Amino acid sequence: MNFVALKMLTGDRAKYLGLVFTIAFCTFLLENQSSIFAGILRRTGSQIADVTDAEIWVMDPKTEYFDQTKRLKDTDLDRVRGVEGVRWAAKLFKGNPVARTLDGKFDVAICLGLDDATLAGAPRKMLLGSWERLREPDSVVIDKAGYVLLFPGEPLQLDRTLELNDHKATIVGISDASAPFASYPVMHARYNQAVNFVGRERTELSFVLVRPQPGIDPAGLCRRIEAHTGLRARTSDEFQWDCVRYYMKNTGIPVNFGITISIALIVGVVVAGQTFYIFTIENLKQFGALKAIGVTNWRITGMILLQALTVGVMGFSLGSGLCAAFFAITLNNLATRGLVLMWQNVIGTGVAILLVVVIASLISIRRVLFLEPAAVFRG
Amino acid sequence: MSSAEIAVQCREVRKEFGKADAKVLALRGVDLDVSYGAMTLLVGPSGCGKTTLLSVITGLLNSNGGEVTVLGEQVERLPGRQQILFRRKNLGFVFQQYNLLPALTAAENAAVPLLADGVPRRKAVEKAKHLLDTLGMVDRMNALPSELSGGQQQRVALARALVHKPRLLVCDEPTAALDAETGHAVMKLLEAEAVRPDRAVLVVTHDNRIFGFADTIARMDDGRIVEVESGLRYGDRAGLAAD
Repeated sequence: MNFVALKMLTGDRAKYLGLVFTIAFCTFLLENQSSIFAGILRRTGSQIADVTDAEIWVMDPKTEYFDQTKRLKDTDLDRVRGVEGVRWAAKLFKGNPVARTLDGKFDVAICLGLDDATLAGAPRKMLLGSWERLREPDSVVIDKAGYVLLFPGEPLQLDRTLELNDHKATIVGISDASAPFASYPVMHARYNQAVNFVGRERTELSFVLVRPQPGIDPAGLCRRIEAHTGLRARTSDEFQWDCVRYYMKNTGIPVNFGITISIALIVGVVVAGQTFYIFTIENLKQFGALKAIGVTNWRITGMILLQALTVGVMGFSLGSGLCAAFFAITLNNLATRGLVLMWQNVIGTGVAILLVVVIASLISIRRVLFLEPAAVFRG
Repeated sequence: MSSAEIAVQCREVRKEFGKADAKVLALRGVDLDVSYGAMTLLVGPSGCGKTTLLSVITGLLNSNGGEVTVLGEQVERLPGRQQILFRRKNLGFVFQQYNLLPALTAAENAAVPLLADGVPRRKAVEKAKHLLDTLGMVDRMNALPSELSGGQQQRVALARALVHKPRLLVCDEPTAALDAETGHAVMKLLEAEAVRPDRAVLVVTHDNRIFGFADTIARMDDGRIVEVESGLRYGDRAGLAAD
């Protein structure tokens, strides 16, 4: 009877395509909006993710997310180094100088100061130039998006100069740093150089980056650092999640995306449910005839569920394909870089679509199950 | 008539709809025998209870009293699933409005009872095609119901009712939606293909143009059988068979 169910479904082409496109639209919206939402939230910790050679971040005990920094004392670096299980610890400075080009174009920048000796904490991928040139005086490495922002329409070029809080800086490299939450240029310099760019204060140390000794569990070492120093220590993953949680709790972003996602779900359930219901009602006499002939309620339930799942799979595949195409097209745009279709969102959307089609089919199934087979004799 | 010759036996069957003041007595103690090897017509004016009786006999409605024995089984006493399986295996239906599935071809529609019984699709459709062939539908096997005339659709419905070789065939106003000529042709086919010594045919109708096909005519009025005429064409059919 599966064959009968599928022919019944595809026989009414207009409704069949209507259902498929409704589910596809719902899938596209759900995957698209939830992936952009997740991508934007992931950007809140992208400078943490870019640091691949350290696994632990140590900060002021009250720090909640990356952009909120309170200076540590220089001696804190040595205290962290003294904790058992620490292989090495390096300092990291973070400041927000104003970057200005010679043409007068300016923007607030994220300036990260890397340990002078080791340059620990630098993103690995360079598009132009080399990290080693950071050892030159007044040098910075800028990310490509930041370069395009400050020098719009101009080719990537090294040795250009700009001002950082009225200090002259020379671009010695262009990196592929991950997109930050706000569209600020991301610059890397040596620690002492970065401190100079931003302006010296009584204390300057923003974070201590730590690499555990081989075989030492990073999460366990975090707890030990906290116990020994009274500072806050987080693994890279934990710190990124701290940032996500902070923005979820303190911004309107989840509400905005939540409304869009809810509308997609409601539209999906209502339109798919209504179309599927009409489809079933129009076939009610045929279902009545099948019941009279001796097709059980279970079999009819199975037929309707098969129809609903077929529509669901077709619509979900089409919607996912469209969404994947959308992200493939926008992947190389500077504004949308790093926003990708995440597999978790695909699975989540799949579950949501399954719920949509099951709810839509349950409304129809109820009508068919309560249909009296004798009704088939009533003209 | 011995019980072995009787396919359907109704005794004092009652059926009521609604409650209290709105109660309607649709069947008021119906007695009816339907024999194997014969075509029984259940006739009477609209609203006399013909369709209700048909629904009770086929187990689609439960009675409120009396006894209904179909092919030796008291269908109402069977558990729900067994009742459905009994219907699937032993009963064939022809409906007034055909009730063909619009997305299936004629052959696929005719194969539905076999598909419902788990017969593989290819085999089911083959059997259905063979039967449609004998019903004169050889050129229209792959046509959709919307591409068929009323008479052709009713022939497909007849094939669907017979394809699984049921022992009781029930037809609800099979000619009501057809013109006289087509209705006559359908009844001729019904008589030729459906009436068998091991099968009973019960036809509900108020189309007096087809009364000539009956072996037995049971007249209903106001929820009761008021008159039964038997042995009307048995001799003719026996003669035809001998020829």
